[in-house]
Amino acid sequence: MIKKSDIVKNGIIKNNPTFRLVLGTCPTLAVTTSVMNGISMGLATTFVLICSNIIISLLRNIIPDKVRIPAYILLIATFVIVVEMVLRAFLPDIYDALGLFISLIVVNCIILGRAESFASANTVLDSALDAVGIGAGFTFALMLMGFVRELLGAGSIFSWSIPVLSDCAMTIFILPAGGFFAYGFLMVIFNQLVKKAEERKKQKAEKGAER
Amino acid sequence: MNFYIVLIINAIFINNFVLSQFLGICPFLGVSKKTDTALGMGFAVIFVMGIASIITYAMSLLLDILDAQYLRTIVFILVIAALVQLVEMVIKKFSPSLYSALGVYLPLITTNCAVLGVAIMNVTNFVKVNLLISFINGAASGVGFTLAILLLAGIRERLERSQVPEPFKGFPITLIIAGVMSMAFAAFSGMVF
Repeated sequence: MIKKSDIVKNGIIKNNPTFRLVLGTCPTLAVTTSVMNGISMGLATTFVLICSNIIISLLRNIIPDKVRIPAYILLIATFVIVVEMVLRAFLPDIYDALGLFISLIVVNCIILGRAESFASANTVLDSALDAVGIGAGFTFALMLMGFVRELLGAGSIFSWSIPVLSDCAMTIFILPAGGFFAYGFLMVIFNQLVKKAEERKKQKAEKGAER
Repeated sequence: MNFYIVLIINAIFINNFVLSQFLGICPFLGVSKKTDTALGMGFAVIFVMGIASIITYAMSLLLDILDAQYLRTIVFILVIAALVQLVEMVIKKFSPSLYSALGVYLPLITTNCAVLGVAIMNVTNFVKVNLLISFINGAASGVGFTLAILLLAGIRERLERSQVPEPFKGFPITLIIAGVMSMAFAAFSGMVF
């Protein structure tokens, strides 16, 4: 039995969807030209993920095994339409900035992946917590990507330009190529940090055992 | 005629789906370890994207008549899922060798965002769209995807034998290669017709 807090923590660090599982890469690269876009995409995906995980977990004994994938996709698509309509009505700026990629949350493999591997086999509460963790991990990763790309590419944060940096901005980080570079290097840094932390934990555990 | 040539060149090189629009990155990274599987995936995607463009275009006309455009996403994804299933059955029946070559990649096409992406773009981006334009755009975008995944697979096969720093092994180095490829493809955006 895993602790409830561990489910959330795993989603952010050990199973971070962007840097560890390498899922949902399309929005990660496409919308992270600024911090704001990254955060709003992350939150929209998190909302869909939480709703779909809860509903799928509730229905896990009712949906027949053979048609489960179409059933999941249909449920996910419903929530995506909800997000699409709400954004269009209340936050038209963000709707325009994210554009096509709001509809494409349907085919984000993180959501279908969590439905298939977690929500279809766990209780409602655990599934909801898992969705919160994974969603937080995804939002964090998108925010980080947006931060790095906006800082280096446009010399600004949250569209506030930074005096010296904005004069020597490297436009390539806003362009598609820079997205790939930023993702690659951030993945290396994140994985190294997680590895170091795990090694340290192991050493501590060994020391504890010796005593 | 000229318009169609521009459309094809635009979809394959200038606005390459993978390298400049970031659609279909998951299979691009996941299925690019060997050139032959990459090629198989590419052909399956061209096929599905071409046919899906036609059917989703017709469906969007129907939604326009019913005044229910808000159902677009849900209808399109269902059409694509059904189509992939159908393609799978047809290929299994008529060409078992191709079926075994494509293997698990066929069902994966449903969640390839390039397919849904081209379907939505077809009905939103063009001012004057017709059935032929959406079919050509869909199939040509598929060709662009195939070109990108094939190039990456070729590079990754070479990469197996080269010394990559330990932390960069696997996905990170692949992403950096994709970045270099994307820079090369960005040069096409200077083309003017």
